[in-house]
This record gives sequence, structure tokens and C-alpha cells, in this order.
Amino acid sequence: MSAPTKILPDHHKHCDDLFVAAEDAAARADWAAATAAFDRFRAQMDAHFEAEETVLFPGFEAATGMSDGPTQMMRFEHEQMRTLLAQLAQTCAARDRDGYAGVAETLLMLLQQHNMKEENILYPMCDQALGPNAEQIGAEMSALLGRVDG
Amino acid sequence: MQPTLSFEQAPPISVPYRFFLTAPLFGIAAGLLLSWLGPAALASRWSPGAAALTHLIAAGLMLQTMCGALLQFVAVAAGANIWRPRLIAAVVHPLIMIGASLLALAFALGDPFLFRPAVLLLAVPMGLFIGVLALALLKTPARGMTLHTLRLAVFALLVTLTLGVTLAGTLGWQGNWPLPFLTLVDVHVAWGLGGWALLLVIGVSYLVVPMFQLTPAYPVWLARLLPAGLFLSLLAWSLQLGREMPPPWLAGVALFGMALAGIYAATTLRLQSQRRRRVSDVTLLFWRGAMVLLLALAFSWLLFQMLPRLGDQARAPLWLGVLALPGVFVSVINGMLYKIVPFLNWLHLQRQGDPRKPPPNMKQMISERAMSGQMLLHFTAVALLLAALLWPLLARPAGLAFAASSLWLEWNLVGAVRQYRRFLERALRDRIDAAGSGRES
Repeated sequence: MSAPTKILPDHHKHCDDLFVAAEDAAARADWAAATAAFDRFRAQMDAHFEAEETVLFPGFEAATGMSDGPTQMMRFEHEQMRTLLAQLAQTCAARDRDGYAGVAETLLMLLQQHNMKEENILYPMCDQALGPNAEQIGAEMSALLGRVDG
Repeated sequence: MQPTLSFEQAPPISVPYRFFLTAPLFGIAAGLLLSWLGPAALASRWSPGAAALTHLIAAGLMLQTMCGALLQFVAVAAGANIWRPRLIAAVVHPLIMIGASLLALAFALGDPFLFRPAVLLLAVPMGLFIGVLALALLKTPARGMTLHTLRLAVFALLVTLTLGVTLAGTLGWQGNWPLPFLTLVDVHVAWGLGGWALLLVIGVSYLVVPMFQLTPAYPVWLARLLPAGLFLSLLAWSLQLGREMPPPWLAGVALFGMALAGIYAATTLRLQSQRRRRVSDVTLLFWRGAMVLLLALAFSWLLFQMLPRLGDQARAPLWLGVLALPGVFVSVINGMLYKIVPFLNWLHLQRQGDPRKPPPNMKQMISERAMSGQMLLHFTAVALLLAALLWPLLARPAGLAFAASSLWLEWNLVGAVRQYRRFLERALRDRIDAAGSGRES
């Protein structure tokens, strides 16, 4: 049986690719392409947050009884990233190249260190804790991440 | 509302910043000392000036930033803060600052009495620092090659410190201890630069090189081989402390270590050239410069082995030292500071302010032009330092250039801190105004 969190690191990479496409287009000031690429990026990010917040984290919290531990911190960082995604949308709409570059840089740093903590610490903890529910949780997350076309 | 932080995002910002803000001062001091002493300081590695310069950079600039950055970085790599970060920083920072200054002064003046307080002021806080750091790195449930490499780096720091204390103790108390002094120095240097500093850079790069520019990850076999190989070669190199080892054997061990360093540098350069993110920045250029200089270091060492007429020159070890210290390590540190400080500014500010008034983004913390200007000056200073080993008349200008580059770095960091303060004060004023108008209505 494969680990329930196995799909998540791959999805992080997928989001990275979409981030690059949007950043690249914005740096070239190709705003039509940047807007389209950014929308795809944001949709995938939202789907990822949703899969974790509605399926994985509750499963982990139920299994361990840790509801104000690592998952709470991860939720907090998701909120920080949602704020930055909203700012990116604004700079994209305003065709503000420097603004986009600065917010994108900030988001990437936050996103990467967040992913690192999840991949090195939280996901292994989840795989260990979930036990018999693992398969169902994996399937539910796959469904949520597959729903958005990206 | 902020959640209860049991999975801490970061220690208080003052913890790493105090180290970052005082570190460049040691670079300024080193540059000024060189410009004051002139060519005599670069006559051989055994000149008092060279020893003082080395320790201003290694035990001053490098050690400070590495300690400060680790206090921050462990929270990300190990998912846990170290024990009482505020207290540790408050004790460790001032003591190692004074300790490193005294150590450099003791070397420069050749004063045995100064070595005594220097030893104590470095040994006690560094022992404490290594202790809490080792605890955090060993206790964590996290895993990964970075963590493994950091553990080896901290062990190497302990060995470096122990050997350094022994050496400085010998100088300070002038005892007739039956110690192989020159061998001890060679082993101390190997653990300090090839162990602590290089292992730390390698461990951190496993995370940040892919993270900053979205490059492919380091190949798994290499990520395992590098720390293990370097560590084994350091152990083998240390055997000469116990008994005399045949020179070809020592050369073989050194060749193995240098080859690993060269492979690491070449791999990093290759990964960076395969980056998915196309935009470039100052941090990337600092890293690439450092890796080119690390390759140059490995090749220079090889050349010195093959051409003993060149390698036996008194300035040959200084050539390697300039490549390693201001070249490789100060460049990486400088580049990392330009990424860490803007990010930490943002991270701490966005928790303070009104969510409707976001803090400046990372690129608004230090101006791009100021950073690239300082980078150009830094690499010019490194080039001048290397040139000064061929044409000693250049020693003073090289020292001034390095001091100026360190001063500019300090200025840029202070600018970032002022930007942080400005935003914080504005957020506070807004909050007071809001509370005031709330009461009136």
C-alpha cells in the first residue's frame, strides 16, 4: 500500500512549475499569458490547501489528538500564502512588473520552506499516524487534487 | 489571531539579527588591518598578521553569521526551535564577539596573555551553543540529508573548537606541552574549513539551491557521499595527530577531500544552470561566484601538489586561504544574507501589521542596485586579494577594498533593519489611531 501523502510532494512540484510559468510571463510583461498562467497556479494552490485542510489535517488530528500542533501552524502558513496570492492577483491586474516580481519572490520563499517542513516532517508523521484510514484519505485527496484541471 | 506555535515558524527576529549586524564589522576590521599592516601580513601563513586576518574572518565574520543563521535555520530544517533561543543568543553573541576580537588582537600583537581570555570567551559560549544545537538536531523527528549533514557539521565545529582551544592555550600559557603544534594547526584548519564551514554550506545548499531557483535536487548518491566522504577524509587526516603518517598517504587523503569539494562545486553549478526559474538575482550570482572559487581552490591545490616549486612557496597556502575564506565562504554568506534578511523582515512584519496594509515585499527591503553594487565590490576585493599575493604592493588597496565591501554590506543590512522599524512604527501608530477613534465614536 502506498503512503497517503505520496501524491502531495509531486503536487508541490506541479505548483512550482505553474509558478515559474506565471513569473516568467510577468517578467516579460506578457500580461495575457501571465494572467492565464497565474490563474492556473492559484487554482492548484487552492486545491492543495483544500485537500490538506479538509482531508489530511483532520485525519491527522483525529488520529493523534494533536489539534493545535503542526497542522495549526501549516494552516496559519496557508493563510499567509492566500494573502500573497491575493496580492499577486492585484499586481497582475495592475500590470505592475516590479510589484509582481517582489510578491512572487516573497511567496516562493514562504512556499518552499513550508513545503520543506511538510515533506520532511509532517507527511512522514501523517503516514505513521493515519493507520487504517490511510487508503481512504489518500483517495479523497487524489480526488480533490484531480478535480482542478492543471 | 495567531495559533499556538508548537511548530515554530521562527525565533524572535532579534535572535539572528544581532549576529548578522555585527558580523560585517569583523570584515571591516580585517580589511583595515590588512591595509595597515601591508605586504608583511601576506608574507607567509605563519605571519602574525595572516593569523589575525584569518581569525577575524573565520572566528569573527563567518562564525557569527553561521551561528545566527543556524538559530533560524534549525527551526525549518528540524521543525523545532532550539532551547531558549533568546537566552542563548544573549549569552553567546556578546561573548564570541569579544572572544574573536581578543583572539585576533592576540595574534596581531603576539601577546600570550591575550590568548587566555580569548580562549575562555570563545570556548564557554561555543560549548553552550554546540550543546543546545546538538540537542535540537538529535531530538527532532525530522529526517533528510540536510539534517544528517548539519549534525556532522556541528561535530566538526566541536573538533575545530577543541583543537583551537588547545592551540591558543599552548600560546597563552607557554607551557612546554609535548604537542605537535604544526600538525595540530593543519588538523584544526581542515576541520574548521573542510568540516564545519563546508559541511554547513553543503547541508544548507541541499535545501536552498533547489528552493531559491527551483533547480533539480542534488543526486541522492552524491548527497550521501559528500558528507560521509568529507567526514571520513577528516578522520583519516587526523590520524597524523597520533603518529607520523607517510606524506603520500596524507596527500591521498587531501586529494580525496579536495576532489569531493570540487565535485560538489561542479554539481551545484550544473544544477543552477538547469534551474526552472529563469529570473536571476544577487544571491544566485554570489552562490555561483563562490562555487567557481571553490573549483579554483581545488584546482590550485592540485597544481601545487604537481608543481612543488609552486606549492612550496610561502604564499601558496595563503592563495588557498584567500580562495576559501573571502572567496568561497564570505561570498556564500553575503549572498545568503541578502535572501534571509528581506524574508525575515517580511515574515515578522506581516504578523504585526493590519492585514489590509501588507508589509513591503522582499524586493523592497534592500534595493537591488545596492546589493549588486556591493557584490561587484566584493568580488573585486577577492580578485585584488589574490593579486596581492603575486604583487605585494596591492596588499593595502586589497585590504581597503575588502573593508569597503564589508562596510557596504553592513550599510545594506542596517537599511533593511530601518525599513523594518519604519513599518513597525507605522503599524503601531495606526493601531493607536484606530483605538483612539474607536473610543471617540
